[in-house]
Amino acid sequence: MAQATLVAEQRRALPSNLIWGIVAVVAVIATFYFYGTRPAVTTAILASALRQATPLVLGALSGLYCERSGVINIGIEGMMLVGAFVAFLTNVYTANLFLATVVGVASGVLTGLLHAFLSVTIKMDQIISGTIINILALELTGFFYQAGLTTQGKLTPVAIPLLSDIPLIGPVLFNNPPITYLSIILVIVTHILLFRTVWGLRTRAVGEHPRAADTVGIDVIRTRYINVMLGGALAGLAGAYLTLEAVGSFERAMTNGRGFVALAVMIFGKWTPLGAWGAALLFGLANALQTQAQFSNFDAIPHQFVGMLPYILTIVVLAGFVGRAHPPAAIGQPYDKE
Amino acid sequence: MATDVQPAVAAPLMRSLRALVIPVVAVLLAMAVGALIIVITGANPIEAYNAMFTGAMGSARGWERIFEKATPLIFSGLAVAFAFKGGLFNIGAQGQLVLGAIASAWVGFAFEGLPWIVHLPLALLAGLLAGAIWGAIPGALKAWTGAHEVITTIMLNFVALNLTDYLANGPLKDTTPGNVVARTPAILPSAELPLIGPIPSGVLIAVLLAILIWWMLRRTTTGFEIRTVGLNQAAARYAGINVNWRIIYTMALSGMMAGLGGAVESLGLIGRYQPGFNSGLGFDGITIALLAATNPLGVVPAALLFGVMRAGASRMQFVGVDAEIVGIVQGLALLFVSAPIIVRKLLRMRAPAPGEEITLSTGWGN
Amino acid sequence: MPYAQITPALTQLTKLIKLAHEATMTQQPPPPAPPVLELRGITKRFPGVLANDNVDLELHKGEILALLGENGAGKSTLMNVIYGLYRPDEGEVMVNGEAVDFGDPGEAIERGIGMVHQHFMLVPTLTVAENIMLGREITRGPFLDQATARQRILDLSEQYGLRVNPDAYVRDISVGAQQRAEIVKALFRGADILILDEPTAVLTPQEADDLFKVIRNLVAQGKSIIFISHKLREVLALSDRVDVLRHGRIVGDIATKDATREILASMMVGRDVNLVVEKGPADPQEVVLQVDGLRVKDDRGLMAVDDLSLTVRAGEILGVAGVQGNGQTELVEAIVGLRHVEGGTVRIAERDVTNAKPRTITELGVAHIPEDRQHDGMVGSYSIADNLVLNSYYLKPFATGMVMNDEVINEQATQLVEKFDVRTPSIRTAAGDLSGGNQQKVIVAREFSRDVKLIVAAQPTRGIDVGSIEFIHTQLVHLRDEGAGVLLVSAELDEILALADRIAVVFHGHVIETLSRDEATRDKLGLLMAGVSETQSNEGVG
Repeated sequence: MAQATLVAEQRRALPSNLIWGIVAVVAVIATFYFYGTRPAVTTAILASALRQATPLVLGALSGLYCERSGVINIGIEGMMLVGAFVAFLTNVYTANLFLATVVGVASGVLTGLLHAFLSVTIKMDQIISGTIINILALELTGFFYQAGLTTQGKLTPVAIPLLSDIPLIGPVLFNNPPITYLSIILVIVTHILLFRTVWGLRTRAVGEHPRAADTVGIDVIRTRYINVMLGGALAGLAGAYLTLEAVGSFERAMTNGRGFVALAVMIFGKWTPLGAWGAALLFGLANALQTQAQFSNFDAIPHQFVGMLPYILTIVVLAGFVGRAHPPAAIGQPYDKE
Repeated sequence: MATDVQPAVAAPLMRSLRALVIPVVAVLLAMAVGALIIVITGANPIEAYNAMFTGAMGSARGWERIFEKATPLIFSGLAVAFAFKGGLFNIGAQGQLVLGAIASAWVGFAFEGLPWIVHLPLALLAGLLAGAIWGAIPGALKAWTGAHEVITTIMLNFVALNLTDYLANGPLKDTTPGNVVARTPAILPSAELPLIGPIPSGVLIAVLLAILIWWMLRRTTTGFEIRTVGLNQAAARYAGINVNWRIIYTMALSGMMAGLGGAVESLGLIGRYQPGFNSGLGFDGITIALLAATNPLGVVPAALLFGVMRAGASRMQFVGVDAEIVGIVQGLALLFVSAPIIVRKLLRMRAPAPGEEITLSTGWGN
Repeated sequence: MPYAQITPALTQLTKLIKLAHEATMTQQPPPPAPPVLELRGITKRFPGVLANDNVDLELHKGEILALLGENGAGKSTLMNVIYGLYRPDEGEVMVNGEAVDFGDPGEAIERGIGMVHQHFMLVPTLTVAENIMLGREITRGPFLDQATARQRILDLSEQYGLRVNPDAYVRDISVGAQQRAEIVKALFRGADILILDEPTAVLTPQEADDLFKVIRNLVAQGKSIIFISHKLREVLALSDRVDVLRHGRIVGDIATKDATREILASMMVGRDVNLVVEKGPADPQEVVLQVDGLRVKDDRGLMAVDDLSLTVRAGEILGVAGVQGNGQTELVEAIVGLRHVEGGTVRIAERDVTNAKPRTITELGVAHIPEDRQHDGMVGSYSIADNLVLNSYYLKPFATGMVMNDEVINEQATQLVEKFDVRTPSIRTAAGDLSGGNQQKVIVAREFSRDVKLIVAAQPTRGIDVGSIEFIHTQLVHLRDEGAGVLLVSAELDEILALADRIAVVFHGHVIETLSRDEATRDKLGLLMAGVSETQSNEGVG
């Protein structure tokens, strides 16, 4: 019976691997083809895709830490917004980009703490808790923001010697600003943490079967708190990216739904860090193409329709993939010991 | 007789009285924290709140503004509360509302020569349908693919925003010489919502809708089905209810209420579609619905309360407080009403019986 | 106390003697070893329930102690207290003569207590090895050391004769294998005291025998066992001593050699239990349910019911026996229209209802008692009255057009509550607030008060008190005698043997054989449940 199951799963897995393989080959060939014809534009689009993917992959990792431990995080949007605002404000008043990033991350940890308190300790519906964070973040940042402020400097690309000189790959991968590099490192770190360490094993157990974890002496509440706060930190970093690295200033509601798109990215990536990275790159590419279309005065399609693209893509991803990937079994349920 | 009918009669009244405690205390608590924030910004909270309330309720014009502000809040609050009853979280009232607004405005200006008895209902119907369609999409996605409505409705808000922006700048743009902003032409008089006495008829529609929805949920088989699906989908399936169809139906009806709200805005207040007048109404609807404990009748007073705050908010600027503080108070009220344990600890109240608290369907799957 | 008689003048001497005496006492062999586990006056309350009431219990080294009690007697609560999941409100737990106060299971594990829960505490998406080391991970640097863990598991597996595959994912292995993994998990943590909570509930009689061998082997190697059960036969077969728990209290402590079924049964329920249901011979009439070549998939997309055929006639009870997870759940759901049928047909009262809507099937006169009453059978926050119309709310007289008639609904509720003996303060009480037995009576009242031709009863008495069980059994027989056909699916062989007129045994989604009640013996059914039939000999036991 067990073997039959495994065989059945392998059979089911095979075509999808084949499809992804073909997609990858086609993507590589297409890249080289376009690079051959229009090298500057191709490089620009790919570099832009990687950077546009940064807040999405960070947001997806934020959701990943929360959900792997059994807490739905619909509040990524709000956590990002708070991180963006606090990082921005810190930079405005201290002119220190590093400090601003750190404080932005710290503010994310605090919003994570709020989410953990509401959903883990007082057992509020996790989706409502996240919505409250979104609304409060929007209202608070809107209230305290004064128009006209700009950051003192921006995080700028740091070229890695030698590697950045490789054609195409160099400028795309090895000439990026710090948070973009960091996001790639965090994907790998999260992967190792989740699947190779004690903490990761315990987190996965808590997200799948908290009672089982409890019966072997794992503190479910503590595990969830720490993971949700880690998730908050990553959302805060995504926010800092927006103000310090991408835009250089703050605007009301500037996250523009990225927190929700990030959730779709997480689901598309089947709750794995590497999968989320791949999905984020796909969304990043869609964004990059959209930006490119606007730059090159491509007006066959009204810009509003191009602007809808990431949102429609999100819906399509959700509709197509939710049923097929399995979320951690315990998400959404508060843990009751007795 | 094994049963006792007496408590069955008295219990609902007691329960509804007790139910009032949490939202009232939640709002007071939110205003207290709001006062703290006002102090931090260096202003006097008493002066600020005083300015807000007298500004709103001190004059006839003030009351008019309260109704103007409260009407769309009732509609969006009803939309969210109704969806909650079906176990669905409609964060997309915003998108449904703007599409309803632009659809009714289009019928309002484009169909010339109709008598008002035909034109006005037609325009309202257009808004209603647009909202219903925009609500039915996430409903269908949820029912058939399992895509969670919280994300899809938010995404559809952004799509609706782009779509209306395109329409108001493009095919439906007001081409009156001199107009540079994105808006539709003014609606024809035959599509205007009249005043009934001193009261805008939009308010009456909203209140009637609240009563109708309350009755429908409480006393009809459809309402029973929606509530059953909302509370226990497995039991609903067992009871022979077509759960998928009910999910789509509930979301469509929810969207319809938001769409009708948009139509009332266009036809009764603005006189055309103009973007930006109603940003944030979707989120306000969530606060109001939860403050009303998802009871449609409770939505009306909750919306009126925020109508008062919104109507008087601008007056606070005279005492040095940004009008946006109202948004914070609203958000905090949502926090406290959703975390009743905080209020209960404060008042040393007993914990509620199971089922009194709101729980949404969990997870991303079904 | 010999010292008390010595005169005060000799106090000095007394002290000396006393000291000397104490010194010799500590060196002299052998004061009886303290019990490895002792409970003194344990009381545990939950809101509205006294789950354990002043419980005393002792477990000695190398002993198999059976803890016997009805569902809801407080057995699981007591074990969770020992295991540190609950803190007792009063009383103390002593391990090897030392008082302990466990704040969480980790501390209990530390003191050598291991527990195999009734519902396994295994994470389906992790491997057996990961599950076993969870909480006690073996690491190399910051990383998990799977290789060492694997080896230690294989060593334990060999030492105690517990076959496990450390690399398999838990979701892919059989229930028996999961149970062995649970036992290895406890041993991996160095458990000396092992608590097994209803371990045979999910096993075939033959698998249960294997488990008993493992348990005896564990005891032989110095472990001590608490074995929780409500099955008299198993308790008598395995244990050295029996403690009986009723309404949270220990009502009997007896050496197994002195116990009989009758003694234990009356201790367990406080009166003589009528284990046999009074019923006359069946009078089968026309076919009401005809299932042919049915194929149904489970939630994981695997074929759970595979080419299954059976027939139920009016006026008879067909019992479906089988180990849980052999397609019973999917079979029932397919019959009542709650699960898609992949192949084959279902006919009810001559009508093809394959993949018909649940409502169509209900309206044909089918009553369904669902396996999971709280999940499927009721809306917990609805009143009893509303739950009683859960599948008839739209019919006259409960509704006129779209408008529901609360008065009629309440009137019916008042009548049914009395007729079906539902113990409740009011018909407006939320069904979720009732006890399990009363909830089940509400469901039975709703389903049996309609005009029924076919009753599909899935685990109709699971987890409820004896009084309610007797009531429901009587009702089922009564409806049979009135001419309804009954399909009874139960994991309790005793229930099947007590009620069924014919018995169909399912194995791997297939009816392996159908026996008349007279042919059916416990041994024969046990072999069939394990997939061994006379026609298909030796097909995969376990």
